[in-house]
Amino acid sequence: MEPFAWTLHEARERLDRGEISARELTDALLERVARVEPGIRAYNTVTEDHARARAAEADARIADKQAGPLTGIGIALKDNMATEGLETTCSSRILKGYKPPYDGTVPARLNAAGAVTLGKTNLDEFAMGSSTENSAFGPTRNPWDTTRAPGGSSGGSAAAVAADMCLAALGSDTGGSIRQPAALCGVVGLKPTYGRVSRYGLVAFASSLDQIGPFTKDVEDAALMLAAVSGHDPLDSTSSSRPVPDYLADLKAGARGLTVGVPKEYFVEGADPEVLAAVRAGIDVLAREGAKVVEVSLPHTAYAVACYYLVATAEASSNLSRYDGVRYGYRDADAQGLLEMYMASREAGFGTEVKRRIMLGTYALSAGYYDAYYRKAQQVRTLIRRDFLEAFEAVDVLVTPTSPTTAFRLGERTADPLKMYLSDIFTISVNLAGLPAVSLPCGRDGEGCPIGLQLIGRAFDEATMLRAAWAFEAATDHHKAKPEL
Amino acid sequence: MDYEVVIGLEVHCQLATKTKIFCGCPTTFGQPPNSQTCPVCLGHPGVLPVLNRQAVAYTIMAGLATHCEIKSPSVFARKHYFYPDLPKGYQISQYDRPICEHGHVEIVLDGTPKRIGLTRIHMEEDAGKNLHEGLGEASHVDLNRAGVPLIEAVSEPDLRSSDEAVAYLKKLRDIVVYLGVCDGNMEQGNLRCDANVSLRPRGAEKLGTKVEMKNMNSFRFLKQALEYEIKRQAQVLDRGGTIVQETRLWDTKRGVTESMRTKEEAHDYRYMPEPDLLPVVVDDAWIEATRRAMPELPDAKRERFVADYGLSEYDADVLTATRALADYYEQAVAAYSGDPKLTCNWVMGDLMGRLNEAGLAIEQCPMSPAQLGGIVEAIHKGTISGKIAKTVFGHLYGTDRTAAQVIEAEGLVQVSDTGAIDALVAEVIAAHPDEAAQYRAGKDKLLGFFVGQVMKQSRGQANPKLVNERLRAMLKEG
Amino acid sequence: MTSGTTQGATNGTTIKRDEVLKIAHLARLKLTEAEVDALSRDLNAILAYVGTLSELDTEGVPTLDHAAEAGDTWREDAPRRPLPRERALENAPRTGDGCFAVPKIIE
Repeated sequence: MEPFAWTLHEARERLDRGEISARELTDALLERVARVEPGIRAYNTVTEDHARARAAEADARIADKQAGPLTGIGIALKDNMATEGLETTCSSRILKGYKPPYDGTVPARLNAAGAVTLGKTNLDEFAMGSSTENSAFGPTRNPWDTTRAPGGSSGGSAAAVAADMCLAALGSDTGGSIRQPAALCGVVGLKPTYGRVSRYGLVAFASSLDQIGPFTKDVEDAALMLAAVSGHDPLDSTSSSRPVPDYLADLKAGARGLTVGVPKEYFVEGADPEVLAAVRAGIDVLAREGAKVVEVSLPHTAYAVACYYLVATAEASSNLSRYDGVRYGYRDADAQGLLEMYMASREAGFGTEVKRRIMLGTYALSAGYYDAYYRKAQQVRTLIRRDFLEAFEAVDVLVTPTSPTTAFRLGERTADPLKMYLSDIFTISVNLAGLPAVSLPCGRDGEGCPIGLQLIGRAFDEATMLRAAWAFEAATDHHKAKPEL
Repeated sequence: MDYEVVIGLEVHCQLATKTKIFCGCPTTFGQPPNSQTCPVCLGHPGVLPVLNRQAVAYTIMAGLATHCEIKSPSVFARKHYFYPDLPKGYQISQYDRPICEHGHVEIVLDGTPKRIGLTRIHMEEDAGKNLHEGLGEASHVDLNRAGVPLIEAVSEPDLRSSDEAVAYLKKLRDIVVYLGVCDGNMEQGNLRCDANVSLRPRGAEKLGTKVEMKNMNSFRFLKQALEYEIKRQAQVLDRGGTIVQETRLWDTKRGVTESMRTKEEAHDYRYMPEPDLLPVVVDDAWIEATRRAMPELPDAKRERFVADYGLSEYDADVLTATRALADYYEQAVAAYSGDPKLTCNWVMGDLMGRLNEAGLAIEQCPMSPAQLGGIVEAIHKGTISGKIAKTVFGHLYGTDRTAAQVIEAEGLVQVSDTGAIDALVAEVIAAHPDEAAQYRAGKDKLLGFFVGQVMKQSRGQANPKLVNERLRAMLKEG
Repeated sequence: MTSGTTQGATNGTTIKRDEVLKIAHLARLKLTEAEVDALSRDLNAILAYVGTLSELDTEGVPTLDHAAEAGDTWREDAPRRPLPRERALENAPRTGDGCFAVPKIIE
């Protein structure tokens, strides 16, 4: 197998055994990028020189027997994470050319761990979207079928992993933006519990929903990546002080003894029958592996998308107020007067979907509408969270489809924003409740497009969720399939 | 028409923390523009606020000193508007769950005390500064001040005159400066005041339309601005007009308030709870610890000075004007406690006089409280006269000698030995037989002359009281 | 937390064009005519959809204002080195005299 096709843990073993150097591994990945990227467009920026320099440092550490799990490992970062001195655009014209004067906490931790950043990946502008078609720089293509979208908003990171253009990648998930593209691209995508991973340096979309998480080729890699980025950050007041457990300790303990809940509201009409069939087959796998399977109910599921599109857009409209052309970012140079400068710069700098959400969010917060919209949605959010808390009294993990459909064709949904929003129907509740969830490849449809199975865990119990995930994966080989490129 | 004036004040105080409220940038005043900023207070993409514990501690103190309820948890909220000095496009402030509520402040005007209600005190971050002067088509933005912690104290509309308003502002300032929570420097902008003014016919219940006033950055300007605005509103109402609810700026040069006519309608701040910060929990232990650690407030100190040192209210007032002066006085009394009133006279008179001449603050005083105490002791014990003491003062000032050392070195010990005095008196009487005769004949005024002569002979060191006594006695004897 | 008067049922709310312009102004977006039309349509469709929340009885249900669990993240009042001025200004479209330069407000 080519080095670029290895999993993270396979690469680690070979690096530590001296079978390959970090430099060689990085070169192999960069060559793969050069060959395959033009057809995929996963990367906004490939940081070749930076990567090679980091690889050299990694080799020194490996030689000194000072290597950690990620030393020398080539990864990609979604382009909404602040990387000092490296262009960070959020795939928006308003931040084209912007180079942060600081490193976000997660990028800094990865650097400290010796990881090799290969580049910044494409996304829906400001993480708003489910297809990466809202990128100001053009969409990323699904490696399984380049006429189709990779999902979004972390489409670039998902595609990069699926196409072996990095060993792992980081994305961000606000309403499903890691899990949905993971499902559509046939890779593992994990969203941690809200507060598990620092948000300092993650360009905010919806502050109470955003989390950084990994894309990997298998569950063990996801556990490794999660371990590397988790933990309290004094620069993020919303990050949890709970100690980070050893995610590898019980990873391979198996499904016996676990109770898996199947929420009935997720298996009604609206989802693709092939998707439902593949997920049901996945549930059977878990049962065969020894899990107890029970039906549960999450009664407020139908209201989740509505709730999300009020809370998230309100927070987004607030978080995007800082893009005013004063201290950084795009400024309309011809504007006469301050007001004109604000209005023209933001108009030209933001794309359509971003503007749509800013408008919706501003409306939801505005005088006279706050109670009926924003406040109401925050109350419904409590109801949604209560549904999960109640369900988890009886089960250890929930299983659902990740996405109602497989990858849709580029351009197919861009005319109808509401239809695009409904792509997130199975992932959104999880963000509203702040819970961890992971999408695993569980098959492909008749056209060869990947299908994803979602596991949802208790707050801060990623370990149990990963254990169930690994048990499923070990009994199948969906994760081994790769697109032909 | 007789109108009742209704005034409420909103006072912003910059907290004297070393760092900003949500990041570690220093808060030093007067630094080169944009030299005290970081990604957080610059509002870069991806940054997050982390609350400065000391800012909360100072706020609790201010709340306790104004008899507020300390609310826990209190909640931060985003207040949205666009302006170049507001990096994030929103200010992190507190809205419907402030940290302090329902307090009061006592003012005294013409001897009459009045309680002014304090609706709330909340925490927020300051904005940067826009500089417009002489820049043609551009404004320049300095963000050093962005993120400095502020508390905003909102009074109930209990003030009924400009004098009451000034008294309230002074009182509030005294409190926060005494606590060490704010430097209270209005010129530097670390204490700012906005006013809401309305008029209503005397006896009416309903409040009139209120006008918000800004840009009054001294006690004097506050009074002038309020007086002007009260008159303006009265004139409008007398004419049968209506007051427009608006914001007016005080124009110092022209002595008027001017409407801030902008195309903007009333701001829709779209307040929402701040998702990046957790509710602020202040437990009883923290409040109690703060209460115990609080320095004595001006009112309490004043009362204590009157009670313990026997000072007049006026004297106590002057001495407690600043904590530093009050501390100096008390240290001087601690050095010698025989006559606190005398110590007070010396501090307020000679010492302050000398400092004012030299343009020095009490903190820079070149005479220690112990040295001053030494002077008072020498007078009180009769070692020197009050007049000689001034000489001693001159010798002590700027040196580190003691009063005793100076008195001895300069031979300034007062002569109180009756024998010596008698000898001096006899000498002087003998030297002026005509005046002595005139005195005996009834010209009492000549006593002064004789006292002067004796004092001259003794180079001022004769005990004046004794001289007086002995002269009377010996002149009578003949 | 209230920012104004409470609206009644949210089902069937239609945003009129002038309201769209008002929101755009609040958000500092200089929308084109075509955008105003498209956004009016989109917003109305979305608001009709999210208006379904009014079906739920939320009497007495607390708002989920803070997603993070209670924690103890404070900052001690110890100064950290600020950014050197050049770095603070380096991404600025225009500067002058060590400041961010912006057009004056035109009355």
